Amino acid sequence: MLLRSLVAVTAALISTSALAEGTAPDAVAFGEDGQVMASLTNVAGDPAAGKKYFTNRKLGNCLACHVNDDASEQSFHGEVGPELNGAGSRWDEAQLRGLVVNSKKTFEDSIMPSFYRAKNGARTMEKFAGKTILSAQQVEDVVAYLITLKEE
Amino acid sequence: MKKFTKTLTCVIAASAFATVAVADEDAKLIINDELKIETNVAASADSPLDELFSGWVFRSNETQLMQMDDFDNPSFIFVEQAEEQFAKVDGTEGKACATCHEDVASFKGLRTVLPRHNASTGKLDTMATLINDCRTDRMGAEPWKFSKGKMTSMKALISLQSRGMPMNVAVDGGAAEAFEKGKELYYTRVGQLDMSCANCHEDNYGNMIRADHLSQGQTNGFPTYRLKNAKLNSIQGRFKGCMKNIRATPYKEGSDEFTALELYVASRGNGLIVESPSVRN
Ligand code: HEC
Ligand code: HEC
Repeated sequence: MLLRSLVAVTAALISTSALAEGTAPDAVAFGEDGQVMASLTNVAGDPAAGKKYFTNRKLGNCLACHVNDDASEQSFHGEVGPELNGAGSRWDEAQLRGLVVNSKKTFEDSIMPSFYRAKNGARTMEKFAGKTILSAQQVEDVVAYLITLKEE
Repeated sequence: MKKFTKTLTCVIAASAFATVAVADEDAKLIINDELKIETNVAASADSPLDELFSGWVFRSNETQLMQMDDFDNPSFIFVEQAEEQFAKVDGTEGKACATCHEDVASFKGLRTVLPRHNASTGKLDTMATLINDCRTDRMGAEPWKFSKGKMTSMKALISLQSRGMPMNVAVDGGAAEAFEKGKELYYTRVGQLDMSCANCHEDNYGNMIRADHLSQGQTNGFPTYRLKNAKLNSIQGRFKGCMKNIRATPYKEGSDEFTALELYVASRGNGLIVESPSVRN
């Protein structure tokens, strides 16, 4: 008995320390429709930070492909993907997380990059190889931001 | 012109299209008030594209205008430099280009058929390899580096002789293998952003990607003067840039891979009119 609860405590400790880094990209569990139920970090996302990653050309650069009226102070919204106005009403948190982590689980063969996947396309530049585009917490922040994009 | 596979995207994006300022896609390209260049031509039956568009169509009005007059087209500074170079003796054999090719106009049509399979080497000739073959084998001169100024300037001068003629590269016979290889490269997703050439230039031409208006990624305008780097750019230099943008390690210029890709992309534009040297942003 004692032994078993000791093991449980240690396991809990290990998993919390692992969560500081976030769930490893290979360990993310997807639902049938591509959604990701569990937070990658267990730290609530920060929508304000998420908005920054959304617009930043070196991070999410989501605006490259999506119109988003909430970011109308930024010029040049792309039109490769659908408008994200109201995305937080059309999709729930798990679906949005799944879309940002790996959109291809939701939309087969999507042009949309997978922002939290260990292995990407062939010939990935050395300095990006094995790295995710966004960190686990950045994904959570972007998801928290997307949820705020409600239908008028 | 917008090509969407998913109706969902189509419906939602339709409203986006109206809100983003785009160039006048119906503008007509007439150079020096006399040479009319068709920028939208029919695609062949086996083309993956419904119709072909020159990249000029997707540029801003100002950029389009610069290409409509050779005095305003900055490429012509480099063309003039190449004219001087053409007449200049270089190398151990005491020859200039003009020693063997009296008039550069004799190259009329060459641009339209390159890259071209060379039966004796079993490889593709590109304009760069042809120029360097003359320099090393016939002039006893140093080869020029791909994409460096002297090379792209000479390519611009020689390509200019075909301005107004339709692209017409051969993809059968000895070129078939390279065509297949180029096609495979075109559709392979690469880089951390995990995209293929087709994702942007086949599925999304006509759409804005942030501040860029996506074209079909055609090669009929090369070499092209880019306002962004204020110099002439080669086809394979452009491929390099596109690969770097999606965080992929580009192939080397002159590599078999990029040369095969150049042939394949050129073939997708067979029928489009040579505009070289063009102006792009
Ligand atoms: C290179 C283009 C591209 C980029 C960059 C991109 N997306 Fe997308 N996105 C798409 C496309 C295209 C779709 C539609 C699904 C499809 O057809 O593949 C989509 C779909 C979506 C959807 C579902 C929208 C709906 O209402 O149906 C969301 C949410 C989304 N993207 C969020 C993001 C976020 C957040 C980022 C940045 C972290 C991002 N996208 C970056 C192309 C892109
Ligand atoms: C992320 C999107 C994207 C991808 C992927 C991409 N390109 Fe491009 N490409 C662009 C943009 C943006 C431009 C500049 C605007 C234009 O002409 O489309 C461009 C321009 C070009 C041009 C110049 C066209 C002209 O008329 O000046 C060529 C040629 C080209 N690309 C070929 C390729 C090839 C080949 C690949 C694959 C190795 C590729 N591109 C991948 C975005 C992309």
